Amino acid sequence: MDAAQARARLAENPDAVISGEGAAIVVTVPASQWTMLAEFAKDSLGCTFFSFLSAVDWKEEGLEVVVWADNIDAPFSLLMKTRLGAGVTTCASLSRIFRGAAWMEREAFDMFGIVFEGHPDLRRILLDDDWVGHPLLKSYAVDTPYPPYR
Amino acid sequence: MASEHVPLVVKHIDYTGAERLTMNMGPQHPSAHGVFRAILTLEGETVVGVDAVIGYLHRCHEKLAETLAYVQYPSIASKTDYVAAMSSELAYVMAAERLAKIDVPKRAQYLRVLVGELQRVASHCLWLGTWCMDMGGALGGGATIFLYCIRERELVLDLFESLTGARLLYGFHQVGGVRYDMPDNWASECRSTVDLIEKRVLEYEEMLEGNAFFMMRTKGVGVISRELALDVGISGPLLRASGVDCDLRRLAPYSSYEDFEFRVPVETAGDCFARYKVRMVEFRESIRIVRQILDGLPEGPISSRPGVKAVAQVRVPKGEMYARVEGPRGEVGCYLVGDGGPRPYRMKWRGASFSNLAVLPHIIPGHSVADVVAIMGSVDPVFGEVDR
Repeated sequence: MDAAQARARLAENPDAVISGEGAAIVVTVPASQWTMLAEFAKDSLGCTFFSFLSAVDWKEEGLEVVVWADNIDAPFSLLMKTRLGAGVTTCASLSRIFRGAAWMEREAFDMFGIVFEGHPDLRRILLDDDWVGHPLLKSYAVDTPYPPYR
Repeated sequence: MASEHVPLVVKHIDYTGAERLTMNMGPQHPSAHGVFRAILTLEGETVVGVDAVIGYLHRCHEKLAETLAYVQYPSIASKTDYVAAMSSELAYVMAAERLAKIDVPKRAQYLRVLVGELQRVASHCLWLGTWCMDMGGALGGGATIFLYCIRERELVLDLFESLTGARLLYGFHQVGGVRYDMPDNWASECRSTVDLIEKRVLEYEEMLEGNAFFMMRTKGVGVISRELALDVGISGPLLRASGVDCDLRRLAPYSSYEDFEFRVPVETAGDCFARYKVRMVEFRESIRIVRQILDGLPEGPISSRPGVKAVAQVRVPKGEMYARVEGPRGEVGCYLVGDGGPRPYRMKWRGASFSNLAVLPHIIPGHSVADVVAIMGSVDPVFGEVDR
């Protein structure tokens, strides 16, 4: 499996939008296919190395979840993205597919308030349990003191 | 972090009938190399569950980066992994350069590799010293090897001091190149320093591998399987000690790494000793790269951009980029989303230690409390990078 073959396999899915250059493939799917894509990437494309999971807040357009995984034998990398939609804060958890996603999803929950459905232990990881708000949301002002720090 | 949650038992251990005890370790435990708290569930002396509590050093670098211009953040980036500031800075500036398609002169690329490899030597010195001190009395009073290693690390920090004026957090990299060129006589000082360290590394190996206690405490302890290593996303020496031949300097060469000859050590045992072996070879390979650079450093400018005069002078177009470097602890990456302005729209920091630490709840159960200390040290976490 090389980058070109992986691109072709991904393109078989009519809902997937594929971009990126060379060995860095970027694929965007609807949120309903999120776990399916991750499973496909790991089992069929050989992207077994889980690098990171995070999110981007596109303000009124809603949140986007991103995952980077590598096929280290080929080598090529895959950036998987999904838009949750305006106002949606739930996303399917990938922790059953990649064990590394467990902590990364806790961080995304902590920072963006995304509830990962199916996560075995979803709670804040970097901030305290009594923290109010999710700092990496664009609506969270940098210079306003938040509880518990007033 | 008061929590009503029951500690998560990731790996199931058969209940032996012994009474279970919850023990707190940290956040100021000497073996934590920073502030880390582990809530251990014990059965006798055996750990059956680990709940790792992190976040004590959290400064929300990612939010901070959204408020700082591309020319301002690199000096803050060094504060993520403060033991290897050179590689953290590089990840950020590389992401910005690739997104904005800014060239870096050859001399600057070589200087980046030079400081990156010296940093790896310094960082591994600190790791070896502190790890062996954690394992304490088994190693001739414990602090002996720590003081030896710190002595050598100081020599590298002296080099950095004469190069950048700083000993820990450098601000050496900037978008488009590096900020300082080598002063007079620096190359010869550098050469004699690495010669000395290379000799000393051999001494450490003799000291440690001739020590039966050291071997007992590291061999077969904290085994990470290849499959688990990839799945959790651990990187660097940990990944290579688990039989995965993955080094970003080879896999996706950056900053002219393809010009240098070096060996990527791979061990298959996946235990603490394998991780030690990988790092000991890396000492020598880094020194080898340093020598190659000193022999063949090209002349020319050290930056493709003028010095920093205004914070908004670097603008990055709309788009996204993930740049990563092989730091001493593994894959240090920066995922940057630009919106055309002087500041990133979003910056995600992928700290190697964060993922490396995430493997602990999977491997610690089944070991004794004393082994927790040996395993923690072999992971070499730096909490500035875990908590960001």
